[in-house]
Amino acid sequence: MEPIRAARTDGTVDTEAPADYRIDVSRFDASVLVRIAKMAFRYRGRMSLAIVATVMAASFQLFVPQFLGRAVDQAQGLLAGAEGQAAKTAAAEALFTTALLLIGAAVARGLCTCMQNYQGEAVGQSIGYDLRRAYYRKLQQLSYSWHDRVHSGDLMTRGILDIEGVRLFVDTGILRSFLLTVLIGGGGVVLWRIDPTLSMVALAFVPIVGIRASLARLKLRDTWLALQDELSTLTKAMEENLGGLRVVRAFAAQAHELARYDTIGARALAISHRRINLFVQSTTQMTFVYFLTMGLVLWVGGQKTLDGEITLGELAEFLAFMTILQMPVRQIGWMVNSLARASTCGGRLFAVLDIEPSIRDAETAIPLPEGPGVLRFENVSFRYPAWAADERTLAGISFEAGPGRTIGIVGPPGSGKTTIAHLMGRYHDVGDGRITIDGHDIRDLTLESLRLAVAVVQQDPFLFTSSIDHNVAYGDPWAGRPDIERSAQAAQLHNYIRGLPGGYETLVGERGVTLSGGQRQRLAIARGILPEARVLVFDDSTAAVDAGTERRIRQELRETVKDRAVVIIAHRLSSLMHADEILFLDAGRIIERGSHDELLAAGGRYADLYGLQARAGEDAP
Amino acid sequence: MTVTPTTPEERPPLAVVGSQVSQEEELFGRVFDQWVVRRLFTFIWPYRRRLAFGVACVLTFTATQLTIPLIIRHTIDDAVAAGAAGAEVLQTMVMIFFAIVVVNYAASRAQETIVGRVASHLLFDLRRAMYAHLQVVSLSFMDKTEVGRLMSRLQGDVYALQEFLETSISAIGDFVLLIGIICVLLVLDPRLGALTLSVVPLLFLVRIVWLPLARKAFMHARETSSAVNGALAENVHGVRVVQALRREDVNFALFDNKARDNLLAALKASKFTNIMIPIVDTLTGAAMAIVVVVGGGLVLDNALDVGVMVAFLFYVQRFFDPIRSLTIQYSIMQRAMAAGQRIFEVMDVEVDVEDKPDALAPEEIDGAVAFEGVTFGYLPGQPVLHDVSFRVAPGETVAVVGPTGSGKTSLMALAHRFYDVWEGAVRVGGHDVRDVTQASLGRHIAMVLQEPYLFTGTIRDNIRYARADASEAEVVRAAEAVGADAFIRRLEKGYDSELDQGGVNLSLGQRQLLSFARALVADAKILVLDEATASVDSYTELEIQRALARLLEGRTALVIAHRLATVRNADRIVVLQDGRIIEEGDHPALMASGGLYSKLYAMNYASFDDFAEEAE
Repeated sequence: MEPIRAARTDGTVDTEAPADYRIDVSRFDASVLVRIAKMAFRYRGRMSLAIVATVMAASFQLFVPQFLGRAVDQAQGLLAGAEGQAAKTAAAEALFTTALLLIGAAVARGLCTCMQNYQGEAVGQSIGYDLRRAYYRKLQQLSYSWHDRVHSGDLMTRGILDIEGVRLFVDTGILRSFLLTVLIGGGGVVLWRIDPTLSMVALAFVPIVGIRASLARLKLRDTWLALQDELSTLTKAMEENLGGLRVVRAFAAQAHELARYDTIGARALAISHRRINLFVQSTTQMTFVYFLTMGLVLWVGGQKTLDGEITLGELAEFLAFMTILQMPVRQIGWMVNSLARASTCGGRLFAVLDIEPSIRDAETAIPLPEGPGVLRFENVSFRYPAWAADERTLAGISFEAGPGRTIGIVGPPGSGKTTIAHLMGRYHDVGDGRITIDGHDIRDLTLESLRLAVAVVQQDPFLFTSSIDHNVAYGDPWAGRPDIERSAQAAQLHNYIRGLPGGYETLVGERGVTLSGGQRQRLAIARGILPEARVLVFDDSTAAVDAGTERRIRQELRETVKDRAVVIIAHRLSSLMHADEILFLDAGRIIERGSHDELLAAGGRYADLYGLQARAGEDAP
Repeated sequence: MTVTPTTPEERPPLAVVGSQVSQEEELFGRVFDQWVVRRLFTFIWPYRRRLAFGVACVLTFTATQLTIPLIIRHTIDDAVAAGAAGAEVLQTMVMIFFAIVVVNYAASRAQETIVGRVASHLLFDLRRAMYAHLQVVSLSFMDKTEVGRLMSRLQGDVYALQEFLETSISAIGDFVLLIGIICVLLVLDPRLGALTLSVVPLLFLVRIVWLPLARKAFMHARETSSAVNGALAENVHGVRVVQALRREDVNFALFDNKARDNLLAALKASKFTNIMIPIVDTLTGAAMAIVVVVGGGLVLDNALDVGVMVAFLFYVQRFFDPIRSLTIQYSIMQRAMAAGQRIFEVMDVEVDVEDKPDALAPEEIDGAVAFEGVTFGYLPGQPVLHDVSFRVAPGETVAVVGPTGSGKTSLMALAHRFYDVWEGAVRVGGHDVRDVTQASLGRHIAMVLQEPYLFTGTIRDNIRYARADASEAEVVRAAEAVGADAFIRRLEKGYDSELDQGGVNLSLGQRQLLSFARALVADAKILVLDEATASVDSYTELEIQRALARLLEGRTALVIAHRLATVRNADRIVVLQDGRIIEEGDHPALMASGGLYSKLYAMNYASFDDFAEEAE
């Protein structure tokens, strides 16, 4: 058992620093691409179908120029040859056959392309679906400390744009490379058979355009990133301006704000122009090279036809072949881009998916057995992993809370109060010492049962954009209306909710009701007390609730919580002065402890703070 | 792995993931909305010369595209099929071909550059116009409009118009190309031309049937995708609660449903996209077959040059492209019209608070604030302030207290003329606020709002927000005065520290101190202050009280007070209830009168705001 715990707590796997979300095109990571390809080939049936369809579509497309060339020869080959009516009829019949073949090739090519695109997209979308699920799941499992240091915007980018980048790789990366290989390779062979020199001329533009396109893409990517940077600065500026409109107007800063828009806008516009130049330059040059080659084919091929080396139909075939190559060759640049994008996007996505959650059930974990609910901290110390810039640590924390024994924790900001709350639900693991519930080390319990037993009402209540009853019942979605109302009643919110037009079904947040800070906290309290937890932790969860309301909440709860362990963390002393034991925390250490009266009598920090609050607010009774 | 979110009791859980409010707006409008086009035109007008040149280039480019098969035709007929005499003609034709290719290159490059640039200019112009309008538009409009909504107009809708402009120029090219191909085919050989073109209406027909169906599928795919992303966002932001309340499995099952819906919708949309491919290919094949059979027959009969047949084959391979782009353009146009409607709607929102043409901009004022019989409300017929009158003498501090919804915040907003009163007048320094410019009001009145709103940028920039020309010494002095200097200097980069996302890296108390420093730098005669309600720890609170005392020194102050400490220190207290003044006086006087104030005070509330709720 020991080794498991050691592996869990050293946190080496869980220290991946949040990666930059920019796409690094210069770094191809082949293993990432292989991994994506493997994901694609998990859909064996669809993937094989897509590849077969791609190869067939390309082959049928290659028939088109051949048939066209043949038709041209059939139409005028006879002019030079026999004069007879029979020969003419035969030629007409041959033309008819060619026409049928042409339609056949076109239809077959269309159907195969349709199949290729559809199956390719289906595989891509399925991969996207798989990744989305895995990603969602992983985010649910990763610890608070991991989430603390990763920007939520970055997580969204990964979950949306990166999955997109990986998904598109199936079509633009894998299938298109098959298509291009068959088209250029197969076409090259067909043309080579007709005339080797001319086929060299015809295909001369392929490498030039390919290289040109890839290079341009890399540069375009850079300008695109630069542009995105400027645009997001602009977005941020506008968003802040509109969000803080009253401040802007209060200081009559509109002119200043518009000047800011103009500065950023001018920069963005300059980059945008540079980007347009680059883009237009590369695309038009590629087309230019392509047409030049066509001119050469016309020249050399025309000469060869004149010299009788190839037929007129074969010349037409060359030209028609070039027509069908125009689009795919342009897409070479696209493909290069797709490879780069998939490689970086996949890399960043897998970086998250591969993290082993540092907090998870031990193999031998058991559900918490029935018990009275005694919470003990035994000489607990804790230190955030090295990545955290601040040095906040806990050391030598011991206390016991149980039925009828309430613990209050107070201390200046940053003294480690919230960390203690988080340790109880095992949102972080302790460094040394241990935390037990009814004598069980919490690391030996399943997370599910532990968190059911320990309810933490958090300081900053996050409410979900749904109805009030959904929010209250968040911890137990099957709770009945009476339970929901009882919790709301205890949190002194029931009357207010009943007064709303939609009652408990009223939406919270945008386009619903806007709750004040105090109401949000009370909703969070209702949510926290609904599942009947053995240990209740209030982490400064009444800071925005006024003292009078808080007192009534306390009275309401007294009955409900009398057989549970309660830990109250607060700034306001009136919130916790009734606790059986109060811990005064500073810099992660307990510097004073005792009941309210004892601490006052001791005349230490607690007594100072009490004096301060009594003077400033006079809201301490 | 999948969990079905139901229990044996067969009652569905009270659970959803993601926002329940649809964010989608009307995506498509009418194809051609005269009003929108006319408005758009005023924005395009400044670029008319460049655009005209762009159109000329498009036409040149289209002409070269049309010419290329013709040259091939002549090369074949006049050179290749002409036997030995053809060698010289071949040279000439190839030279012409190269010349055309050069023109094609120049024209397409010029056109794409010009159009791209003009379109991005237009993007910034439109956005700026809208943004500038939002700076002056009435606050009552802003109050009821979500920032997210405005942002989507400033971004998505503006992009739709940019896209429209970009593509409409090449659509002109496509249209001309289509007409051109039809003409050339008919001129080269009327019978064969007509016969070949007979497939074109078929394609149009197919696309007309296809378009509305496909659009529905695309919209559905889009909606389900944004639902998935919304649920993901919720999972990211609410992960702590999700873990704390063990909602992982239920949420995952719900998310899975959404993701699966999206998968199915995406596949359906993909079917619609791809079904067009075999149709277009079949029609192309049919057209080529017509050329081969009929054209080939004519060539056999010596009734048609073989080069013409080849040219036909080239045209046929190309002529579905413009049809495809034109039908796409149709959708783009509809989208642009809907977007334009929304953009110009914003630009047309009335500005109801405007400077009078002869508005004064007094350099100095004496700092008195007076409300004279003010009646005001946000909705017609529902006043929130009734005949409110009181005076704040220069240098005096007046605290306004009252339950939530009593009209305190409205009073504050009126002092700064965020809105105009219905009746009565608000006077600042003896001037009716409607007679002076808003900019001068901004100079003389500094405001501190309840939520300390800071901007991304350095701490220094934030402190001197009101006066960008404030010197370093002034900035530091202000920070010192409010007690913010110490913590700023402890930061690694001091005053140059960047504030992320409105200062989330600072504590609430620290942000509040910065917003005090900002108001201090503004150095206005009058201070209007909405005290923060959210409680901070006692030490910070003490600092804030100290800073506040420093801030109020020598200024006229109108304070919406939440804390008893502030109220007690005010020179005078105005008690507001339901938009009326019910008591007025200093602390001892109000206590002695035994009215609402003394009752509230006796009940020991930390704040007066929750009172209304209690009373029910």
